[in-house]
Amino acid sequence: MLSLNNVEVIYNKVILVLKGMSMEVPKGKIVGLLGANGAGKTTTLKAISGLLKPEDGEVTDGSITFMGKPIHNHEPEEIVRMGIFQVMEGRRVFEHLTVEENLIAGAYTRRGGNTQADLEMVYTYFPRLKERYKQTAGYLSGGEQQMLAIGRALMAHPKVMLLDEPSLGLAPLLVQEIFNIVQRINQEQGTTILLVEQNANLTLQVADYAYIMENGRIVLEGTPEELKENADVREFYLGLTEVGKRKSYRDVKHYKRRKRWLS
Amino acid sequence: MDLFIQLTLTGLTNGAILALAALGFVLIYKSSDVINFAQGEFLLIGAYVLFAMLVQFHLHWTIGLILTLVVAVGVGVAVERLVLRPLIGEPIISVIMATIGLSSLLRAIVSTIWGNQPRAFPPFIPSKPVHILGATVGADRLWAIAIAVVMLFLFNLFFTRSKEGIAMRAVADDQQAAMSMGISVKHIFAWAWSIAAATAAIGGALVANIVGVGPELAGFGLRVFPVVILGGLDSIPGAIVGGLIIGLLEAYVGGYLGMGLNQVISFIVLIIILMVRPYGLFGQEIIERV
Repeated sequence: MLSLNNVEVIYNKVILVLKGMSMEVPKGKIVGLLGANGAGKTTTLKAISGLLKPEDGEVTDGSITFMGKPIHNHEPEEIVRMGIFQVMEGRRVFEHLTVEENLIAGAYTRRGGNTQADLEMVYTYFPRLKERYKQTAGYLSGGEQQMLAIGRALMAHPKVMLLDEPSLGLAPLLVQEIFNIVQRINQEQGTTILLVEQNANLTLQVADYAYIMENGRIVLEGTPEELKENADVREFYLGLTEVGKRKSYRDVKHYKRRKRWLS
Repeated sequence: MDLFIQLTLTGLTNGAILALAALGFVLIYKSSDVINFAQGEFLLIGAYVLFAMLVQFHLHWTIGLILTLVVAVGVGVAVERLVLRPLIGEPIISVIMATIGLSSLLRAIVSTIWGNQPRAFPPFIPSKPVHILGATVGADRLWAIAIAVVMLFLFNLFFTRSKEGIAMRAVADDQQAAMSMGISVKHIFAWAWSIAAATAAIGGALVANIVGVGPELAGFGLRVFPVVILGGLDSIPGAIVGGLIIGLLEAYVGGYLGMGLNQVISFIVLIIILMVRPYGLFGQEIIERV
């Protein structure tokens, strides 16, 4: 449904951030994108959603296609209208608007939809938002703000939802709750989800397929089962060492150990 | 007592017109965080265009007013296209400086076309004196108050009920997040500037109807600052209440303490407000979660 082919992104005409990024997001699936800080995960999402421009970034090579049509370097509003909605990192709710106004803003591109019915639909996923619908969004807790950010995306009825680190700064229990809801949205609304995360453990639990990104390109991909078995993933992303093996000082100095995918 | 009522009515009229000018100002600030120093020139353009429609083209005032609004919207769109769009992504201060340049430019255009001489304005609103509680006041002044009240009501409805209005406030809060949900920031800016120019044009027409047209009308723009600082830069009810308070204050001070002082009193208030309540009576406080 959504595919990136050898995408290259340059910021400010000099800084090369994505160096030939390729990935595939099939319809109706949850695809995880893992990677450390600065790997280029957020840039990948912004390249898809068209939000690079205000930051002086540009797709200079490769292609991004959505349902067969190239969408790179299109205006963000066109891309949202086509059905791709990015939930930005750090929640980014409209602080001075009420919860309900935030949701209505999310439905901005919808034409002829029934806003009231959409609101009810969002409230069934996030009952807590219903309790606070008149409240100023800036005063919500972090978890509620994240729910609002996802709810706002739901209002647009996107075909693909791009989630940028929904777990950021939230308590583990809340993260679990939000991931469960994301999974429900995927199953019940049929929304395809591209999930960018640092929390590898949870991502591999909910995703159908996952990519691991480093330094502006994909270094490893596979089903969660395959990735969980991969020695490097276990060590660097899941924090596990191989059981039964004798531990030595060499294992602790993991920074010395070469990742197998680096050539 | 008569003097008091007289002053009150004068103050309310001036206040209503100030509020109209302030509304446009607040609208622009609310949607784009830009302080528009050219707001007074929008008033000027509104007054002169209507003047041209009535005196030079001999149109009926209803048609003239509608055409004036069309021109004002055109000016708003042009400003967005030519001044703001190239500055998207630049620091806000650059945009604010650009509006100062814009104000000189608009003033120069007006004086090139119509000259610098103040002229009498054919009153298009009946100014037949009306007696209220022993005071005498022109009907045009009462009209000004009524029009301002209606505009306030419409604005409030627009911002809390309509999708465009909510989107406008969303853009003011977080431009990038607004873009991520498909809100076109360019459209929103064009909307904001057009509406601001249109309300200012109505304000300008009302002032001109009372005092005639002349380049000093733009000075009204300066008097907007105490109003919006008092009411809160980003608050529409604040613009209205602030406008009325400043209007009344100027009238009372002028009437009881002597002319001349009324010109400075609003700026004295401005300084006091900045010291005790920097976000104004109704302004948004910055939300900080801890």
